[in-house]
Amino acid sequence: MITRTDLSLATYCLRLGDDALVMSHRFGEWVTYAPQIEEDVALANIGLDLLGQARALLTRSGELAAGDGPAATEDDLAYWRDERAFTNVHLVEQPRGDFADVTVRLLWFAAYQHALYAALTDHPDPTLGGVAAKAVKEVAYHLDHATQWVLRLGDGTAESHRRAQDAVAAVAPYVDELFTDDELVTDLADAGLAVLPSSLRAGVQSVVTAVLLQATLTPVTPTWHARGGRAGVHSESMGPMLAVMQHLARSHPGASW
Amino acid sequence: MSEPLWEVFVRASRGLSHQHVGSLHAPDAAMALRNARDVFTRRQEGVSLWVVPAAAITASSPDEREAFFDPAGDKVYRHPTFYEVPEDVQYL
Repeated sequence: MITRTDLSLATYCLRLGDDALVMSHRFGEWVTYAPQIEEDVALANIGLDLLGQARALLTRSGELAAGDGPAATEDDLAYWRDERAFTNVHLVEQPRGDFADVTVRLLWFAAYQHALYAALTDHPDPTLGGVAAKAVKEVAYHLDHATQWVLRLGDGTAESHRRAQDAVAAVAPYVDELFTDDELVTDLADAGLAVLPSSLRAGVQSVVTAVLLQATLTPVTPTWHARGGRAGVHSESMGPMLAVMQHLARSHPGASW
Repeated sequence: MSEPLWEVFVRASRGLSHQHVGSLHAPDAAMALRNARDVFTRRQEGVSLWVVPAAAITASSPDEREAFFDPAGDKVYRHPTFYEVPEDVQYL
């Protein structure tokens, strides 16, 4: 017997897991492209932290959605869903860009994840609560790493400042979606089973704004907002990214390594 | 990259001394510490990190090796070989 609440919670885990999975893949793309080999390792480490979160969240999502039946595994969900079935926000799927882009994007995302996981540590679902308790420490480091680099790029050379300011403007349209509520998450939050995204907005914005101002950067108010990621409507770059991410598993079903 | 070089020291656990593990590039001390965390402690190798500017280290020269080290070679009386070390003394 699968309750409606279980299904909603499965979707909630899927959303958080998809955010982490897609962001993780984008960070993997940075290996050998970072400005120094030390940063290659740092970005890969962050990507691996996110992948660990994604694995646990997708596994839990599969279990909750299956009830007593056979559950979709983490690999089923990562490799065998098509674009419209992915529930991540647009921010995490954006193409690599330059080093300022990934740094400013990580600042927003890590600040968001940190507030989110901190609020989920005492979640009644033991898996979700456990993932959050472990991840909140990982994400604190991601936030620190992004902060360190935003300060140095923003308050660095004229060129690094210009590119960091461009990155702040480029990410701005994708921020609002992180804090957008819908019916599913509102119902879950009413039952104490989810954190209302809108409740995180003020705290995250003040964390990011403080870093930007200290970095001599100017916060940007966007003229449009990305929408629809949670419902499976994605931007142009999502399809090509999935093609790369899923190609091996789909070309060689059942392969192991 | 023309960023300065840093030497990295890791302490594996409480009570042990920091050991030199390698070097890396970073623009400043704070980033060097973070890079060291990512490069050298990602498999739980340590509980404490030091980073030191490589330029701050004064090293002995290979040319001076004979004058520096060879005179100790034939002075066995400087070795504490006449003591028995109790088995339960660690890290000696």
